[in-house]
Amino acid sequence: MRTETSLVLAQAGADATVSTGEAVAFWILGPIAVAGALCMIFARNAVHSALWLVMTMLSLGMLYMLQQAPFLGFTQIIVYTGAIMMLFLFVLMMVGRESSDSVLEVLRGQRLMAAVLGIGVAGVLAGALTRALAEVPAAPAMNPWTPEGGGAGGLARVIFQDYLFPFELTSALLITAAVGAMVLAFTDRHSKQGRRSQRDLVEARFRGEYERPSPKPGPGVYATSNSVATPALLPDGSIAPESLSDLIESTPTAQLQAHRKQLASRAAGPDTHALVGPDGAGDDDGTGADTTAGGAAKATEDKA
Amino acid sequence: MSPFLAQAATEPINRAELLADDPLWLILLKAVVVMLIGPIFTVVLIVGERKTVGRMQNRPGPNRVGPFGMLQSLADAIKLPFKEQVIPDTADRKIYFLAPVIAVVPALIGLAAIPFGGEVTIFGERTVLQLIELPVSVLLVLAGASIGVYGIVLGGWASGSPYPLLGGLRSAAQVISYEIAMGLSIIGVVLYSQSMATSGIVAAQADGGWYFYLLLPSFVIYIISMVGETNRAPFDLPEAESELVGGFHTEYSSMKFAMFFLAEYSNMVIVSAFATTLFLGGGMFPFFGADAAINQGWWPALWFLAKMCVILFGFIWLRGTLPRFRYDQFMKLGWKVLVPAALVWLLLIATVRALRNASDVSTGQILIIGGVAIVVVVLLMLLIPEKEIPEDEGHVSTTGGGHPVPPLDLKVPETTPRRRALEAKRRSEEKQQAELSPQAAGAPGEGSKEGESHGDL
Repeated sequence: MRTETSLVLAQAGADATVSTGEAVAFWILGPIAVAGALCMIFARNAVHSALWLVMTMLSLGMLYMLQQAPFLGFTQIIVYTGAIMMLFLFVLMMVGRESSDSVLEVLRGQRLMAAVLGIGVAGVLAGALTRALAEVPAAPAMNPWTPEGGGAGGLARVIFQDYLFPFELTSALLITAAVGAMVLAFTDRHSKQGRRSQRDLVEARFRGEYERPSPKPGPGVYATSNSVATPALLPDGSIAPESLSDLIESTPTAQLQAHRKQLASRAAGPDTHALVGPDGAGDDDGTGADTTAGGAAKATEDKA
Repeated sequence: MSPFLAQAATEPINRAELLADDPLWLILLKAVVVMLIGPIFTVVLIVGERKTVGRMQNRPGPNRVGPFGMLQSLADAIKLPFKEQVIPDTADRKIYFLAPVIAVVPALIGLAAIPFGGEVTIFGERTVLQLIELPVSVLLVLAGASIGVYGIVLGGWASGSPYPLLGGLRSAAQVISYEIAMGLSIIGVVLYSQSMATSGIVAAQADGGWYFYLLLPSFVIYIISMVGETNRAPFDLPEAESELVGGFHTEYSSMKFAMFFLAEYSNMVIVSAFATTLFLGGGMFPFFGADAAINQGWWPALWFLAKMCVILFGFIWLRGTLPRFRYDQFMKLGWKVLVPAALVWLLLIATVRALRNASDVSTGQILIIGGVAIVVVVLLMLLIPEKEIPEDEGHVSTTGGGHPVPPLDLKVPETTPRRRALEAKRRSEEKQQAELSPQAAGAPGEGSKEGESHGDL
């Protein structure tokens, strides 16, 4: 591989010029990439930050394509932009949209360390850049249609033949990291401490570990109303107090009480609008409706 | 390695050279046509889908605007931009505006790499029915799909309300999962055709047979993951209306909603065109060979569109037939069925390829070795003991099983109130009799004793 590289570099001298189109594209995409990187650092919102980084990655991918490395360019877009940044976004969205940057420092000496490391990295980069600009000759134009010219086949040969061992080592590292993450994050829901299954929960309910074996009754759905504000009726026609919601504004207890008082005073037959059964149907003294109404109202008050 | 790319290197370069010679006006013309294919198909597909699904459900579908309701989606397309747009207070406005654009643009770019046909002459200029020719144009389509998801995810997030956020999250997870299966199925095609250029794949199919039967597992995996990738029923979980109202586009209205619609249908067109290219021989008409008159000039474009429409009809058919998957089932299908199956199949293709390239192994030998390997694997599988279901003897179910079972701690009373009452009544009667005739009390007692002794005898 070494000899090949030097050979390629030796050939370079002749046509190491940059075409106009490439130069124009570079001067458009380069600033966009740098701007994206800077905005990524300075954006307050984490999701905005991620999006600026996406912009940088996209323009890098396009730069690769311009330099006759379409495989590398598309891989950059698919892997980094499409998969890795999407996972980042996924996590950021889970965290919540209000979680902007906090200026509170939790790690001691973080700024100092960051400054030292940042200057160090900048120095390394600057050194490499100056060397690249001064000493290394530009690579010749490549032909991505052939394996020798930077096509996928040539890349495959480099990865899977010349540099097979480092490649496998890297993949082993990645797999170890993935397995480690799964081991650390995995909770066994079948163990005693883990979550109870649906069946366990049902049995626990019937053993009396919970308030009641069944879920609370839903709101009533009748021919005249399907609003969640309409309470459910019990078989005897009285209101099921558990079906009244504290949250729904349209059923304040007072409003309900007034309605029911009005209904109780009007001695009518079965009425689908009535929230109680036929008035005094099975009662001896005729005040049954009032008592049930009072009881239910009391229940709602208790809930409220 | 050289046989791997030798084939790919000769054929597409001619196409690439032909494309490189295109004058600017021709490139612009082609770009406009390629960009218009998406929106035109969207307009046609929407009304077609509504009519077809309507017929499948025994109703006529839209039938008011134009002849047979054909102009319904035109009317919708005119109406939508003029509707009021409602922007939620909690929305992140910049991204809220950006999201539909991000969704649409990749969907319009994707068709650029699809070879709709062979060599034609447009206004005296020889060219190919394809906008760009890249050595890796297969990846262009994948990259477009992976960028397009950003539109959905960001739209869901920027709306600033819970249902769209859930839709966006689902979409992110869904597309990442199904892109893996899709990529693996495409790798099968690339390995077999030894080319990553779409036109090279079509040419390889013209020579060696279409891949939908040669690489059937790849085709099936691609078809399933393509439905998942485009968020279509039965995998339309990001916009499941029974769970998430409208999913990621709940808070979108007016033109921005229309753009999401456009993106969805354009994506359908792209994946269908891609499936045609990869598995159905592109613009080839079967049985006649590439040199027949029916496969020359503009005809291939027609065959291509026909094949694409068949797949698009499949999309609609699926929607009219299948219920929506549950989310966990959907993820299980992707990660535990499609990805492992694709990996195993890929290993098989790669092995066969490597043996073929070794060239001193005949097909018969490959088949024999493969058969022996399969038999060995099956025999080994038989050796694995069956999983024992642990049976809990002392376990009594309190529910289920169809029978009402009494509670575990039910106390069965020794006696019932009625029996107690009867007992008390009997005792009081006996007492009364004893009080009334103390002498006679002995006689019946003796009599009964005699009766008993009689009975004994």
